[in-house]
Amino acid sequence: MDTLSHLAHGFAVAFTHTNLLWCLVGTTLGTAIGVLPGLGPALTIALLLPITYQVAPEASFILFAGIYYGAMYGGSTTSILLNTPGESATIVTALEGNRMARSGRGGAALATSAIGSFVAGTLGTLGVAFLAPTVVKYALKFGPAEYFSLMVLAFITVSAVLGSSSVRGLTSLFVGFVVGMIGVDLQTGQPRFTFGTAELLDGVDVIIVAVGLFAVGETLYMASRRYAGKDEIVPLKGSLYMTAAEWARSWKPWLRGAAIGFPIGAMPAGGAEIPTFLSYAIEKKLSRHKEEFGTVGAIEGVAGPEAANNASAAGVLVPMLTLGLPTSATAAIMLSAFQSYGINPGPLLLTTQANLVWGLIASLFIANVILVVLNLPLIGLWVRLLKIPAPQLYAGILVFATVGTYGISQSPIDLAILYLLGAAGFLMRRFDFPTAPVIIGMILGPLAETQFRRAMTIENGDWTVFFRHPLSLTLLTLAFIGLVGPHIWAWIEHRRRRGPEHVPGDA
Amino acid sequence: MGTSDHQASPPRLALPELLIGVGLLACAGAVAWQTLAIPVSPLYSKVGPTVFPYITMAGMILLSLLLILAAIRGGWQPEEEKETPTDWKAMGLVAAGLVANLVLIQPLGFTAASVIMFVLVCFGFGSRHPLRDALLGLVLALVAYFGFAEALGVNIGAGLIENQLNALIGAPLGGKGG
Repeated sequence: MDTLSHLAHGFAVAFTHTNLLWCLVGTTLGTAIGVLPGLGPALTIALLLPITYQVAPEASFILFAGIYYGAMYGGSTTSILLNTPGESATIVTALEGNRMARSGRGGAALATSAIGSFVAGTLGTLGVAFLAPTVVKYALKFGPAEYFSLMVLAFITVSAVLGSSSVRGLTSLFVGFVVGMIGVDLQTGQPRFTFGTAELLDGVDVIIVAVGLFAVGETLYMASRRYAGKDEIVPLKGSLYMTAAEWARSWKPWLRGAAIGFPIGAMPAGGAEIPTFLSYAIEKKLSRHKEEFGTVGAIEGVAGPEAANNASAAGVLVPMLTLGLPTSATAAIMLSAFQSYGINPGPLLLTTQANLVWGLIASLFIANVILVVLNLPLIGLWVRLLKIPAPQLYAGILVFATVGTYGISQSPIDLAILYLLGAAGFLMRRFDFPTAPVIIGMILGPLAETQFRRAMTIENGDWTVFFRHPLSLTLLTLAFIGLVGPHIWAWIEHRRRRGPEHVPGDA
Repeated sequence: MGTSDHQASPPRLALPELLIGVGLLACAGAVAWQTLAIPVSPLYSKVGPTVFPYITMAGMILLSLLLILAAIRGGWQPEEEKETPTDWKAMGLVAAGLVANLVLIQPLGFTAASVIMFVLVCFGFGSRHPLRDALLGLVLALVAYFGFAEALGVNIGAGLIENQLNALIGAPLGGKGG
């Protein structure tokens, strides 16, 4: 009941004219950048961070959340019509969705993905509303040692467990740590990693890092790969209204996708890749139209993963709002927006910033409604956006990247850092290093350090505290399993396969 | 193709990956150097500002050694990445656009520098209509300058074009502004 009254209050906040307008702007902008290849929610929110100096926290978070949700909707349009997944979470949508579009059922694929996103997004947001107060109850009992161990677990899962290689993921994370430590140490006032320059005393702005890695790095990468393959837009054919048979084949995958996506997103591990792939595998197994998978495109293979993707995006908000623990690059940048307002994200957020949190959650429900309207009846508009030619698109991205970074400080040194980070981002993209852990490490690293030092100070420098508290020990053990487990598993598999004759087809 | 026919041929050392590993090791060295430069007051001797830098440094050394090992064993690049030739000309033009922007933004102002960058980047990406691109870049830069910058309250370096336009806009709207 408590949640319901809070929600009612939240809707009162979200339904003011200005906040509705921010929600509309956010969802529209989010859909646009989701549709455009090369732009993502993390980059867009980073570029818009200066808005936190201008408007009330409620307004900017409603804007950011609209962008965050909108990008998920827009990303699926690109995956279906262009077969270039805008982000890793929509890879699976591209698998079946693009095949459906090619066989003339693009309309149904877009519809099931938009309506599925709406269903799962709404369920996921409900999940946030009801789960968050419960998580807070537990989180209030956490001491610094538990917090630190939880952050270690999150570090391991976002960098080592997800993604193709734990070594490269952790490398990105540690680079993020170094960037995060640049500047004045908040507890002692000592400058660190400044190489004796005054410019670095304030640290490196997250905007510069995000824009450098995501915008400049991506542009350089696309330039280097210009001849790799021309994308072709599949013309939108077929009615946008699903037939009764398509509805019947979609609703169960939506619900299953939401049920898979939300819990995985809400765990301190986060990530939308695992739930989407999991949902795809399950739908393929359960479908009565297996022959459509990988050939003409199966609607279940779009409905399930799209739902899982949106539900997990909602789930990511649970650790962010209750523990101050971001598990995606976008969430990390939103966390830095909290810091820019001087708000400490953590278990107290729900009580001290009730207006903000519940207004934000309520606005997410509204955002979902707006998005389903934006993405179905108005789909033609977004398809037109897909036709922006690559040269002008990427050149435009660089212009906005300059505005976003040079505008903060008017210092050419910041521009130089931006381009150096862009070069680093290019190398990372080229050599398969994930970029999100850099952002997470940079934002969460200093917070982890604070908790670590707090715990050590309380215990008078006795580091065994992390192993003496049972909860802390459990979290660290989980982190260790997450780090080592997959390698041991791979080794056992390798041994097993090499042993007796491997029978093909028994998987 | 000659040597890769044998299945058991030993994996070749991957030079780019090796350079990345060595580069990371060098970064770890820089971290060590900067950590040693942090003065530590005895008050914080147990959990001072150097504990985390040292942990980070140790992690980076370990990771760079693992990367170097992987490079010696043949690297980790996916096949399709390896086989796609890098388009150096396009990349070079984009990089030239960035450098031009960096050098020119102070003397010429944001808009003019952006237009030059826009044209160079478009050319790098294969557009062959520099005049049209310049016009488009001008419109976009002005939209960015007046819309984005004013809305977000960030102050972007004004140059000749901005000042002219500001004067132009400022004249009839003089009373309204502020």
